[in-house]
Amino acid sequence: MTTTAILPPRRLIARTLGTPGAVAGSVILAILVLGAIFAPWLSPFDPNATRVCPRLAAPSLQNLFGCDLFGRDIFSRILHGARLSLAVGLLTVAISLIAGTFLGMVIAFLGGRADRIGVRLLDVMLGFPAIVLAILIVAVLGVGAFNAALAVGISGIPRIARVIRSATLTLVGREFVDSARAVGASQTRILRRHLLPNLLPIVIVLGSLDLGSAILSTATLSFLGLGAQPPTAEWGAMLSAGREFMRYAPWTMIFPGLALFLAVMSVNLVGDRLSHVLDPRASGSDG
Amino acid sequence: MADAPLLSVEHLDVTMRGIPVLEDVSFQIAPGETLGLVGESGCGKSVTALSIMRLLPNPPGKIAGGRILFDGIDMTALDAAGLRAIRGDRIGMIFQEPMTSLNPVYTIGDQIGESLIVHRGMSGSAAKAETAKLLDLVGIPSARNQLGRYPHEMSGGQRQRVMIAIALACRPKLLIADEPTTALDVTVQAQILDLIGRLRVELGMAVLLITHDLGVVAEFCDRVAVMYAGRIVEEAPAAELFRRPRHRYTEALLHTMPAANPPGRKLPSISGTVPAPLDRGDGCIFAPRCGFAVPRCTAELPPLEGAPHRLRCWNPA
Amino acid sequence: MMARMPWFLRRILGIVPTLFLTWSIVFGVLQLIPGDPVMLALGGTPASDEVLDNERRRLGLDQPVYVQYLTFLKKMAVGDLGNGYSSKQPVSEMIAARVRPSLELALGGLLVGIVLGVVLGIAAGLRPHGWIDTATMSTALVGVSLPSFWIGMLLIYVFGLQLEWVPILGDGIDALILPSITIGLFLAGGLARLIRSALIETMAQDYIRTAHSKGLSIVRVVAKHAMRNAIIPPITLLGLQFAVLIGGAVVTERVFARAGLGSMLIDAVLTKDIPLVQGLVVYTTTAYIVINLLLELLYGIVDPRIRSRRA
Repeated sequence: MTTTAILPPRRLIARTLGTPGAVAGSVILAILVLGAIFAPWLSPFDPNATRVCPRLAAPSLQNLFGCDLFGRDIFSRILHGARLSLAVGLLTVAISLIAGTFLGMVIAFLGGRADRIGVRLLDVMLGFPAIVLAILIVAVLGVGAFNAALAVGISGIPRIARVIRSATLTLVGREFVDSARAVGASQTRILRRHLLPNLLPIVIVLGSLDLGSAILSTATLSFLGLGAQPPTAEWGAMLSAGREFMRYAPWTMIFPGLALFLAVMSVNLVGDRLSHVLDPRASGSDG
Repeated sequence: MADAPLLSVEHLDVTMRGIPVLEDVSFQIAPGETLGLVGESGCGKSVTALSIMRLLPNPPGKIAGGRILFDGIDMTALDAAGLRAIRGDRIGMIFQEPMTSLNPVYTIGDQIGESLIVHRGMSGSAAKAETAKLLDLVGIPSARNQLGRYPHEMSGGQRQRVMIAIALACRPKLLIADEPTTALDVTVQAQILDLIGRLRVELGMAVLLITHDLGVVAEFCDRVAVMYAGRIVEEAPAAELFRRPRHRYTEALLHTMPAANPPGRKLPSISGTVPAPLDRGDGCIFAPRCGFAVPRCTAELPPLEGAPHRLRCWNPA
Repeated sequence: MMARMPWFLRRILGIVPTLFLTWSIVFGVLQLIPGDPVMLALGGTPASDEVLDNERRRLGLDQPVYVQYLTFLKKMAVGDLGNGYSSKQPVSEMIAARVRPSLELALGGLLVGIVLGVVLGIAAGLRPHGWIDTATMSTALVGVSLPSFWIGMLLIYVFGLQLEWVPILGDGIDALILPSITIGLFLAGGLARLIRSALIETMAQDYIRTAHSKGLSIVRVVAKHAMRNAIIPPITLLGLQFAVLIGGAVVTERVFARAGLGSMLIDAVLTKDIPLVQGLVVYTTTAYIVINLLLELLYGIVDPRIRSRRA
């Protein structure tokens, strides 16, 4: 009846770690997550304390990744930046997934004219280049880390809604929905108790594939000056500041960029593998 | 055979992923002659055809031994340029699936004329004029107007006629037809076979006809070679083979023909299945399914012997 | 009526409702900006109520929203995007003045992306699991995770500042090299992957065997018979990326300090210049829709089966 049985967590982890890429991704991701959680204890300095080291000082044993223009320790700032990036990434994906799933299920379930109009609007929204849509939303909400996350999250809704709508349509035709209707279940109950659990694997796959680009997009907005504002320790904002001084202090742009790259890559590697293991269409195959 | 053979396949061995699919396949075709190669699906007929043209995808296919002499040239030893000079010019080939064998994004005129431009060095307009003649030749009416049509605008039978026009564009000495009618309606099948038969005479070319349909062979071929599990088991002039089949497999195969059975009754089939390549013993591969097997059949592989009626059997009819 | 029209007319008429909906969404979203637009228009300079009312009337902001909406649509249809708040210039002229740097960068990036993507994609697709394939595909996998602004900065640092091979600023063609590579690398990864998979699928088709049986060279088989069939997905990708780029490569323009449409959009958002934001988004999305249409027309030319398909 259901498309995919969710595997018990231990087997899921074992299968997810099935490729070298996924193992490498998991290790990097684990280090980043631990670094983010324990940032206050691991950081040698307060990320926002100025003049803890000479301005634009090169990497040394005291300041592993060097210092920025205000004499702040870049290593400490990157650790704290990990907290912000991961949290913001999760928030963004949560917004897209929750709103997109709701929207997709509802228009598919209502069907008829509501479905036609909904799909038309979603398609038009998908015609906006992703970054332009996010910038347009920032124009309305105003700049800031939280607003940037909101903007990226909202701009991801149409795509999720489109996929969930199609998936719901294939489910609505199945017999277990008919039999639920036959025993007199209410619409909300069918949506919540019968459709949602069956859509969950797809939702998880979509989320795991989106997390990396969500982290990248929010960092991009910060780099453009539309997201997190100085002096917040955020990778995109740090890169934007580092751009000015790269001739004299390349470490101000190398290390934040490396952190962002590793975070996005590790999330993508794990997400790619997770989606392969969970994908209802690929179930059974374990290539 | 008075003439020197046009095509001479000698002791051809072919493997797929290291597993033998053709073993010791030998036959000859004289200029202007038609040889039918028959057998059940999977017996290696198509692999033989593709091997002659060196079109077998490699990997996984590989010619492991033997020679293929076309007009005295060893095809197995040719480089890419040597093969190009023969393919489409001196040997033409048509395939089983007319629906997918033509390129959907080019006009039929373009696809037929291409051989003429490549091999004959014709200009575009000369190729166009010649292509129109070719379409007339294969029986597509008002040919001039048809040059700009696309494959998806034509029926299966018409597409196979286009394939024939492509294969014959450069007037090859040999046409290899790999199950040319299998995918077509029965009425269209007869038309296409008539066409090939007529053009063979008109153009004086030899034909290697690959088919699982014995009825087609009986009507059409000068000689017949019967394949079983990657080997030729019997080869004889067509009339002789149908009148007096000697190999027990040929005999069984003939019994399955609709014409050999009263109408309305279920056609007999050969019991058992072809053993997998790795499950074959030292003897005749047909022996496990053969009603006339003697002890020697499972112990020792019979050689292909005799002329003009060649046979690979210890206990023939 | 639609069914009897030639296929291309049908497609062209089909974008009218899409344009209308897109413009409406842009108008609607910008209505949500908090604060009094007149204050934004005056750039925060203190003004008397009389001045504010005059300005409000001049901008048509004293009208009900639906009247403003209809006026907006009417102006859009004739290409009037209004005046910018900060410059007081017509937005259409402001955009026109910035099109060139963005277009140059788009074409440069496309050129690098196509050359790299096509060469690697074909090399990988003709020998799947060969070393070029393995190297290209693993690089592409890592490449999608690379922040393009970081790549741009690394390029500036290595080739502009350390090796001093190319200038990093200026309007000359050589100042276009590094930003084009930044965009091109990003495009090439996706393009190579698409070409590879399309080519692998196409090379297994029966008509490719037919082409070989005609004695054609491998170059002719691939370039003529395979590529025309394999080309639609890569063309789609390139067309849509080009559409995004002519609206301004927001990030790359920022990294290389190029005064194109992308950096104009950022500045417009930061200064809350609503007509300019609106004009730029309308321009970008309209370009996207029009290029999408051109792509569909192009498919019809590439593949005759699309022409004859009924809508």
